[in-house]
Amino acid sequence: MTAVKFAKHQRCLASILLVLLTGKAWALDAASLNTLAAGEVNKKIAVVEQLVNAGDAAALPVLEALSTGTLYTTETGAVVIVTPAAALDALTGKPAAVEPLEKISINNRLRQHLNTAIAALRLAAPDRALRLAAAMELQKSAGDALLPLIERRLQQEQDAEIKSLLRNVQANLRLRAPERELRLQAVKDLARNPSNHIKSLLLARIENGADGKPAEPDAEVRQAIHSAVAAIDRELKKVEYLSHLFSGLSLGSILLLAALGLAITFGLMGIINMAHGELLMIGAYATYVVQILFKHYWPGAFDGYLLAAVPVSFITAALVGMALERSVIRHLYGRPLETLLATWGISLLLIQTVRVMFGAQNVAVDNPSWMSGAWTVTPGLVLPYNRIAIIFFALFVVALVWVLLNRTRLGLYLRAVTQNRNMAACMGIPTPKVDLLAFGLGSGIAGLGGCALSQIGNVGPELGQSYIVDSFMVVVLGGVGQLAGTIVAALGLGEINKFLEPYAGAVLGKIIILVMIIIFIQKRPQGLFALKGRSAES
Amino acid sequence: MRRVMELYGTQGWLTLGGAALLFMVIIPLLNLALPPEHVFHVPDHIVALMGKIMCYAIVALAMDLIWGYTGILSLGHGLFFALGGYAMGMYLMRAIGREGMYGSDLPDFMVFLDWKELPWYWLGSDHFGFALLLVILAPGLLALVFGYFAFRSRVKGVYFAIITQALTFAFMLLFFRNETGFGGNNGFTDFKRILGFPLANPSTKVALFITTAFTLLAVLLLCRFIVCSKLGRVLTAIRDAESRLMFSGYDPLHYKLFVWTLSAVLCGIAGALYVPQVGIINPSEMSPANSIEIAVWVALGGRGSLAGAILGAGLVNGAKSWLTVAFPDIWLYFLGLLFILTTLFIPKGVIGLIGQLRGRPK
Amino acid sequence: MNAAAAPEESAIRRPVPDGQAWRDTILYLDGVSVSFDGFKALNNLSLVIEEGELRCVIGPNGAGKTTMMDVITGKTRPDQGEVFFDGETDLTKLTEPEIAHAGIGRKFQRPTVFENHTVFENLELALKTDKSVWHSLFARLSSEQYGRIAETLALINLTGQAHKRAGLLSHGQKQWLEIGMLLMQQPKLLLVDEPVAGMTEEETERTGELLQGLAGAHSIVVVEHDMKFVSRIAHKVTVLHEGRVLAEGPMEKVQNDERVIEVYLGR
Repeated sequence: MTAVKFAKHQRCLASILLVLLTGKAWALDAASLNTLAAGEVNKKIAVVEQLVNAGDAAALPVLEALSTGTLYTTETGAVVIVTPAAALDALTGKPAAVEPLEKISINNRLRQHLNTAIAALRLAAPDRALRLAAAMELQKSAGDALLPLIERRLQQEQDAEIKSLLRNVQANLRLRAPERELRLQAVKDLARNPSNHIKSLLLARIENGADGKPAEPDAEVRQAIHSAVAAIDRELKKVEYLSHLFSGLSLGSILLLAALGLAITFGLMGIINMAHGELLMIGAYATYVVQILFKHYWPGAFDGYLLAAVPVSFITAALVGMALERSVIRHLYGRPLETLLATWGISLLLIQTVRVMFGAQNVAVDNPSWMSGAWTVTPGLVLPYNRIAIIFFALFVVALVWVLLNRTRLGLYLRAVTQNRNMAACMGIPTPKVDLLAFGLGSGIAGLGGCALSQIGNVGPELGQSYIVDSFMVVVLGGVGQLAGTIVAALGLGEINKFLEPYAGAVLGKIIILVMIIIFIQKRPQGLFALKGRSAES
Repeated sequence: MRRVMELYGTQGWLTLGGAALLFMVIIPLLNLALPPEHVFHVPDHIVALMGKIMCYAIVALAMDLIWGYTGILSLGHGLFFALGGYAMGMYLMRAIGREGMYGSDLPDFMVFLDWKELPWYWLGSDHFGFALLLVILAPGLLALVFGYFAFRSRVKGVYFAIITQALTFAFMLLFFRNETGFGGNNGFTDFKRILGFPLANPSTKVALFITTAFTLLAVLLLCRFIVCSKLGRVLTAIRDAESRLMFSGYDPLHYKLFVWTLSAVLCGIAGALYVPQVGIINPSEMSPANSIEIAVWVALGGRGSLAGAILGAGLVNGAKSWLTVAFPDIWLYFLGLLFILTTLFIPKGVIGLIGQLRGRPK
Repeated sequence: MNAAAAPEESAIRRPVPDGQAWRDTILYLDGVSVSFDGFKALNNLSLVIEEGELRCVIGPNGAGKTTMMDVITGKTRPDQGEVFFDGETDLTKLTEPEIAHAGIGRKFQRPTVFENHTVFENLELALKTDKSVWHSLFARLSSEQYGRIAETLALINLTGQAHKRAGLLSHGQKQWLEIGMLLMQQPKLLLVDEPVAGMTEEETERTGELLQGLAGAHSIVVVEHDMKFVSRIAHKVTVLHEGRVLAEGPMEKVQNDERVIEVYLGR
């Protein structure tokens, strides 16, 4: 794998070489070439620096060849670059007829200089990736002498990311400038672009060196550096906080999607559905099937498959849920513990059925291309598109549930039935039908949750099992029958989880949360948003 | 003593004596004394299976006590079983001595983690007596503390069930971690001997089998004593009308706590008997699925009937060991249907069914 | 340590008009308020029941009758106000079982008995005795206790059904069994919620006699809707409305009270 890649890279490099060697004017003279080939190390380094300072792009192939060990001397004393296709004369760029004799070896010191030099020259390369890599390389290794070159390149560079990298390099170099004003300016520039790298650069300037004195001689500049570091720290903290906040929000919206269906079936209807997790799983598999169909029959529209998968997963899970309600759950109304056991049995059946149909292994669900990638807010804050999409999707589902419960006849009936079943029946509400539809709705919402989960994690027969405990915790914590409670509980749990993780680790964090929930329920058995009163207690 | 004699009628005692004779004398003899090719020889794997099922039967009795009689469904009994098993496993790990893969005094997994000494909670685990104490204390104390808080705040019904499920889930995650010090994913295994007797010896195995049978008998009699006493009637009263009982001057908290803790301890004992016979204990014993399966044993056998609990444990686990080998794909279907059909059609379990067939209202 | 401080403190808190009246008081509620999510189920309710009294409490739905019972038996804690029993006992500090031990028995609105136990076992469970776990585990009935159960069985007319499952009794029989269970507790105060609901005329009459026979030796508070029944047994009636006492006095006086007629009797 890597070997193949490497070979490909080499070939690519060779073709660039050919173009460069044949097309451009030749500035590298024979004397410097000879020094590179046979001189002593210090002289070689001097030549390399000279070539870079001249900004001579034409020297790049030779330096690269020297660095990769493809620069050879011949019997005649000429220097050639050996490519997989042919040996090229290093001076003329024409194919050389002579056999290469001896590889020109380099030591580590020279290699370092070479790397920097190559990076500096590559800043002018037309390929963005090459320039980016070069700018990154220079972050680590640029020397004072490169400053003029980098400032030149800064003026020509168009790409924002590369520009910001170069600016870092420039500022870093200017930190060492002899003029005090330049250094002060550099500190200010650096503080505007906070990262751990910059912070350590700045710190290096004020830490006491081997001679017991800080590298920065001027007290005022040192003071500026101190406050710059403090500002960077604040900024970094803020970024860290924001990224926790985001991942907490992301986890919270996932929990919310997993639990919303349960908030209807368990929260409102009081049905303990242990197969809820499997309804999530069914939604995820429905998405998988839609994806396969798109790939197979309509690959051009693949990016749109999610639009089709959303209703399909809703309907599939809703149908399965309604079948369950009709066949099993209906007969167990008013016997919650029996319902719990029977629905657990259902979950086993569903898991095994999916295993038989799709295999026991996880299946791959690909993100549509618009959901892959990430939004880089700052270098420290990268928000993956699929997570952002899920947060919005959760919002959409919450709105959907809210509208269904509060703005439709089904919702009205459902609320009536849950408050007083007998009275509702007397008013002519068809309670069995309402039960069926409401359970179908809850199951369908679970299906939507599954569709969302398929975009961020593995899809396998056991998918539901990993969410069932969490989902119940969210609903119980939020308070039974309270949509708002469910939302607060899900987002709260997500945030607490993510803010605990850095201190306690993922597993321990989860355990701490479970323990906290257990303790919380001891204190408030009715959940966050409790209904108080005589009827609520009996 | 008179009250013990009153626990069963003549027929009951005869049945019980017969069963005791069969499991404590006849089966061990048929296994040890007869050559393997003999018609009446009981093969080793059957003895091992029966030993395992008897451990499950103890768990089923414990579950019946708390669920069948008191009406509190626990989805965390697998946790107590596993804790008892881990307590015994710690002793068995220490009893390996230096015969482990690394030849160290420490259990292999600790050497593997590059630990230099035993964590404090392993102290004393090399004494068998201490291990027995731990078998009782670990599940007992956890149940006592957890139960106190749960029952005091009157967490009931499905809420209690869900919290116990979360509890066992949390412990499973905890025990999966290597840092917890109980062998992580792999748990404990490769035991060598118990009290100096090699576990691979047929006679050691049979001795463990007889011990299990004896314990099962003792647990059965204890449970019978409890459910026949006024305490038993209070427990069913909690199940049927807790508020009435409270206004009659009983504090349900104490009763629930007693039976809940006792039930947990019985599970712990079962786990301790299970581990040396099966030779392994790992965190998957704490998975919610395991705990909920216990409920279906009792539901199938018959809630509120001790014989039913034992019967249910035997039926489900017998079927499991046969089906998972013969038709592995069928097993989950079978178990799933068992859950559904039992709750839908035979709420009183097989025992209730037998009672109905005999025309005796129970 | 608290023992020394307690009498003094309660002496300040308790407004006792004169010693004689206090000694005869079995139940004392003053300024009790309970609210559920803003709804005031009890609103500054004050009530005094004397020893040996048979008091009927009436009032329309939502007047706070059941909540009042809940407060007295410890099921609901009042937001404000004092509840004292038998002089010394502060009921707001006790749990339900402790209140039962102190001598208050309660019959629920819907007859609540242990349906899977026999009638005899129901009475046995209610029997006044040590109700700790250990005692229950080893308890056996003494012949004196047998005698008391038999007596009560006769009183509630269920001797013939002693070994029948309570769940199989008729509605009226369950009501009686529940009253019998209260008696087994030997309470000083009985709280009886709708004792004749669902009873036949004859059963109602017997129940009235039973309660009247118990008054004197016990104090009884009866909550009832059946006006005929109330006027037959009651000496004194309290009318609750919107969580407070609307009127109190003999039946005739209450029946003629303008406000009572308006909210309840007037229809």
